[in-house]
Amino acid sequence: MHMCKICSIFVPKNTNKHICTMKHLLLGDEAIAQGALDAGLSGVYAYPGTPSTEITEYIQGFESRKSKDRPSDSKPIQCRWATNEKTAMEAALGMSYMGKRALVCMKHVGMNVCADAFMNAAITGVNGGLIVVAADDPSMHSSQNEQDSRFYAKFAMIPCLEPGNQQEAYDMMAYGFEMSERLKTPVLLRVTTRMAHSRAVVETVSNPRPQNDMSMPGNVNHFILLPAFAKRNYAELVAAQPRFTEESERAGYNRYVRGAKPEKAIVTTGIAYNYLMENYNPAMGYSILRVTQYPLPQAMIDEMVRDGAKEILVAEEGQPVVEELLRGMVPSEVVIKGRLTGDLPRMGELTPDSVRQALGLAALPTREKEAIVVGRPPALCQGCGHRDMYAALNEVAREYPAPRIFGDIGCYTLGALSPFHAIHACVEMGASVTMAKGAADAGQHPAIAVIGDSTFTHSGMTGLLDCVNANANVVVLISDNLTTGMTGGQDSAGTGRLEQICCGLGVAPEHVRVVVPLPKNMEEIKAVLREEINYAGPSVVIARRECIQTLKRHLKAAKK
Amino acid sequence: MKKDIILAGVGGQGILSIATVIGEAALQEGLYLKQAEVHGMSQRGGDVQSNLRLSSEPIMSDLIAKGGADLIISLEPMEALRYSEYLSPDGWIVSSCVPFLNIPNYPDLESVLARIRSHKNHVLLDVEALAKEAGAPAQAANMVLLGAAIPMLGIEHDKMTAGVARIFARKGEAVVNSNLAAVEAGYRYASSVR
Repeated sequence: MHMCKICSIFVPKNTNKHICTMKHLLLGDEAIAQGALDAGLSGVYAYPGTPSTEITEYIQGFESRKSKDRPSDSKPIQCRWATNEKTAMEAALGMSYMGKRALVCMKHVGMNVCADAFMNAAITGVNGGLIVVAADDPSMHSSQNEQDSRFYAKFAMIPCLEPGNQQEAYDMMAYGFEMSERLKTPVLLRVTTRMAHSRAVVETVSNPRPQNDMSMPGNVNHFILLPAFAKRNYAELVAAQPRFTEESERAGYNRYVRGAKPEKAIVTTGIAYNYLMENYNPAMGYSILRVTQYPLPQAMIDEMVRDGAKEILVAEEGQPVVEELLRGMVPSEVVIKGRLTGDLPRMGELTPDSVRQALGLAALPTREKEAIVVGRPPALCQGCGHRDMYAALNEVAREYPAPRIFGDIGCYTLGALSPFHAIHACVEMGASVTMAKGAADAGQHPAIAVIGDSTFTHSGMTGLLDCVNANANVVVLISDNLTTGMTGGQDSAGTGRLEQICCGLGVAPEHVRVVVPLPKNMEEIKAVLREEINYAGPSVVIARRECIQTLKRHLKAAKK
Repeated sequence: MKKDIILAGVGGQGILSIATVIGEAALQEGLYLKQAEVHGMSQRGGDVQSNLRLSSEPIMSDLIAKGGADLIISLEPMEALRYSEYLSPDGWIVSSCVPFLNIPNYPDLESVLARIRSHKNHVLLDVEALAKEAGAPAQAANMVLLGAAIPMLGIEHDKMTAGVARIFARKGEAVVNSNLAAVEAGYRYASSVR
């Protein structure tokens, strides 16, 4: 018997194929992870963020099974969570520098955090293959905006892949790494929620590629971005653009099919093709350009126009990126329809319904929405420490005429909703600390930041240093549940060291206080909060109690 | 063969376990499958759904169109109704009748159940009571619901129970048997009222 490495099913040794015939039911995220593993990945670098988290978790699971089941199987793969997306991107660039294949994964807003490293990695180029996965969240299922990461690829002038299904996501990892090494460029792979979190059968290769050996970059100056060198690199990047376009035209992922009535054409990107095909009837006769790789394939667009396209409908998941670009690529008399013209909704993810409507088809017969149904917003778990933290904070805040509490990104953002209504702002990772500082600078008192432990180490520490240097009159309340809770309980970078970190940044040790958020400690927590609010300088209150979800898991594991 | 199924419930109730079992059985049947899941913020006690599509032909969209669903399987009655506009006119609702009360403005339960009964094709059942009667733990309530949906799934009863056995095999024979008992309880109930 031997074990299938992917689904851990034992199969008889004498069968040539696995019982699963190398076909596995994988999430898009898992297909990406397995594709990277089978393409000789040496390291994944990531900070958790919906809908990207499962990529790294899958690789971690694979590694931990490997160390148990097959210790001599292959070289280890680095897969520890990074402190934030910028450290992740930089570490991946370092691994690429040494000639090995590296993967960086994040949700779309993580691209903003790593943008400095990302943009400049386009200038350095790569040695080992480097793929950056950005998982966008149109419709904001679990996000604060719906920015489209394809802009970042265009901005950095690097190739971008946008798989149209789970199999393609798997296949594109091997292709992406190979292209990255051949064209000496990082590659952005963009997915959206429905791709990341949807399962389909993926057929994997039976002969995974080994990892690269370590090797130094051929020209070290490529990685030294002094202006004199950077100018040369940038000129090379500009000169490489036609090759990137040619790659899009030649690689086979972009496909153009002339229709029987080619005066009408449809351009889809990524999974939008599936919504088109769900509704498509061959009698419609449109020419169809299926885009899953950028830069846009100019030759295919030219062909579509030569074939007689007078009207082009653009169906793309996310912002109208292609719709805008296309206007500069086709003659001005060609009519372009899409999200900007209202033929498809300007915001939110596409659906089979919205694409159906854009095709001019009637909706399927159905029942009305049920009026009796009310909303069921998510809420903090019963027994969660954030609840007790907010209960105490709310009582103390009420003692002041105009308190301002700046929230942050995590489960505790739900403190904005009923029954707590506790926070007055929530913008992006780490903003609580620095917005509280800015408010205090403006004269606000009390100015309180509420931030989770993982968010604090992700992007709050530098803001706290600003508070210390300015002796800002803020209280930073770190609600420490010892994990990255919202994304499902991943390791948190500062666990066990938060007091040291805060003191090290210069907060006076007597103003780094620790409380245990439990109902029985309510009076003590309130007293500590009062004291620190009344102290005229930066202070930190750490409310520490393990996330009840991870606690349950740990208790269960301990029982076994 | 084509079945478009919406699985509905409240975060944490276990709709994805139902999807896993159906998916396992469908794959063994050689069917094509796509399953869109909800992860992230809404898992914290909010409404959750999963679009599960099975077909003997390749499937394109990960999402089901409005009016396209053949079946809504819901662990909570109001959550079943949340997706009624996705149900085809001949579609089935198979739902637990036990409300999950974690919001202050939950509508009148009898009115909710009446709306479900207004669908010509429906099965309403108390999955928790049936699990208990079958000697299965409360966590197996989702398997009772799965059992009740078997007649509408287009996959044979024995193929489904074999899927249940395979999925729970890692957890030992006792767990397999209690889950199978739960599936049977749901299946018998649905067969008796249809």
